[in-house]
Amino acid sequence: MNGKKIFRCRKIADGVARGPALISRDSICFYMVSPDTGTIVEQDHAALGQSIAGKVIIFPSGKGSSVVQMDGLYKLQLKGFQPKAMIIEKAETVIVATAIILGIPLVDRVDDAFYETVANGDTVIVDAFKEVVRLIDKTSETETIS
Amino acid sequence: MHLTKEEQAIFDGHQGEGASIALKILVGIGRVFDAPRLVPIRRAHVALSNQEGDTWFAEKLQKAGAKCLIPPTVNPGYCMDVFLSKGLLSNEDIDAMQRCHEAYKNLGAQMNYSCTPHLLENAPFFGEVVAYSESSATVFVNSVCGARSNRESSQSALCAAIVGRVPEYGLLLEENRRAQALIEVEADLCDDFYYSILGWLTPKKIDNLIPVYSGIKERPTPEALMNLGTELNVTGAIPMFHVTGFTPEAPSEEAALGGREPKLRIKITNSDITNQLDSMFQPPGPIDFVIFGCPHYTLNQVKKIAALVEGNKVKTELWILTSFHTLEMARRTGLLEIIEKAGGQIVPDTCVDQSCWRHLAGKVGATDSPKCAYYCNIRDMSFIVRSLRECVEGAVRGEIR
Repeated sequence: MNGKKIFRCRKIADGVARGPALISRDSICFYMVSPDTGTIVEQDHAALGQSIAGKVIIFPSGKGSSVVQMDGLYKLQLKGFQPKAMIIEKAETVIVATAIILGIPLVDRVDDAFYETVANGDTVIVDAFKEVVRLIDKTSETETIS
Repeated sequence: MHLTKEEQAIFDGHQGEGASIALKILVGIGRVFDAPRLVPIRRAHVALSNQEGDTWFAEKLQKAGAKCLIPPTVNPGYCMDVFLSKGLLSNEDIDAMQRCHEAYKNLGAQMNYSCTPHLLENAPFFGEVVAYSESSATVFVNSVCGARSNRESSQSALCAAIVGRVPEYGLLLEENRRAQALIEVEADLCDDFYYSILGWLTPKKIDNLIPVYSGIKERPTPEALMNLGTELNVTGAIPMFHVTGFTPEAPSEEAALGGREPKLRIKITNSDITNQLDSMFQPPGPIDFVIFGCPHYTLNQVKKIAALVEGNKVKTELWILTSFHTLEMARRTGLLEIIEKAGGQIVPDTCVDQSCWRHLAGKVGATDSPKCAYYCNIRDMSFIVRSLRECVEGAVRGEIR
């Protein structure tokens, strides 16, 4: 293995970003994330207490009301605590519109093999332009975005 | 996606930058959902929120010269007159609400400030294609009115209102409106409140599949159906449901399912409802305030409160949020006087999730709306969630038992 794994995906919102993976079993409502820390504060959430700031977040989909994703992500972005990129399983209009408008890279339809391989903290590159997601092995951390 | 000549001209900026931005966003969304084209709308509802992100986007479009081809109704912010007179607003609060108002007014919106436009001033017809944001309104117009809307975001609905079109995908198409999960309701649901609990627990059991609820014997009230749809879009993202025998696209279970087998089949019993209620939010105890009206209360609900408080005095703050229309009807019918005499207040144009409620931070309240309790948690307000009757009795006693 050359320390690099590439998986196909589909572009929803354009952009390229690199960051550590944060996997959430539950869908995410960005309004229930503290805008001052980037930490998920929703009670009973699978990723309660985890910070999404600077992460490539991997979660099923968006949920909640129709404006709270915008209100939540916009505040996070103003303070610099937004996720670097988002990988979802199921596209849903509210999160799609929000990501497109705020310019946060968002992809879906990633190969199943990605989900079998990725773990919290792994370095992930999302390249929405090329419609690929890359997993960077810890032994080759020097690799940069091409 | 295919664009007509006119749409291509809008895309290319021939009708101004604002319309071009709006159309490009709609095309971007349409591409994700494989929409073949745009289709016209004559109605829209925008979930204005009077928060930074939403106002930023509305101002961006307004500065780019956008005007709504279809004047949308809009969600509540807060009633400046009421909260200014009580000294509850900071200069930033006042500035934010004024900015929001100016932006939407200049975009050409109908400044109704209500989250229940489907009951009054913007009620769509069966089969009509619309762009409705406000997740509790979207699910109502789909499920109860039989209109066709995707689960629009505030921003995508505003873009649709500007260009008078939506991408054709999802719930606009007959084949995507059929139920995917069959829920056999064995719970009694003897109060509208229990529909809120049913809505809250449904996505935990079926994820975001479209449910058909079977076994409900009595026609649910409009408020019950609003409660159900509202909560389906707090714990989940479910823009449509069916109730066999009562909602227009579910004359029978088979019709609701479109003749297909459900992907999931579950039962919901009285103990499911009770267990859910017992584990939600705060346990019973003393309260400082009661808030109703998420979504905005109807005249029927206001009437129920009036009947319970008449001749009593409340020990806690009692706030009832509603549309300007319902407030006026409460005035005309004498309900307002009864509620005000008891120490309660009916407020128009106002949402629970606003900075005007800062004085309630750190306090414990009661509400019949799990959605209110869920979102206000980030404003440091905690809630006991109970039925309308229990909350009103709590306001009179100062305690939920």
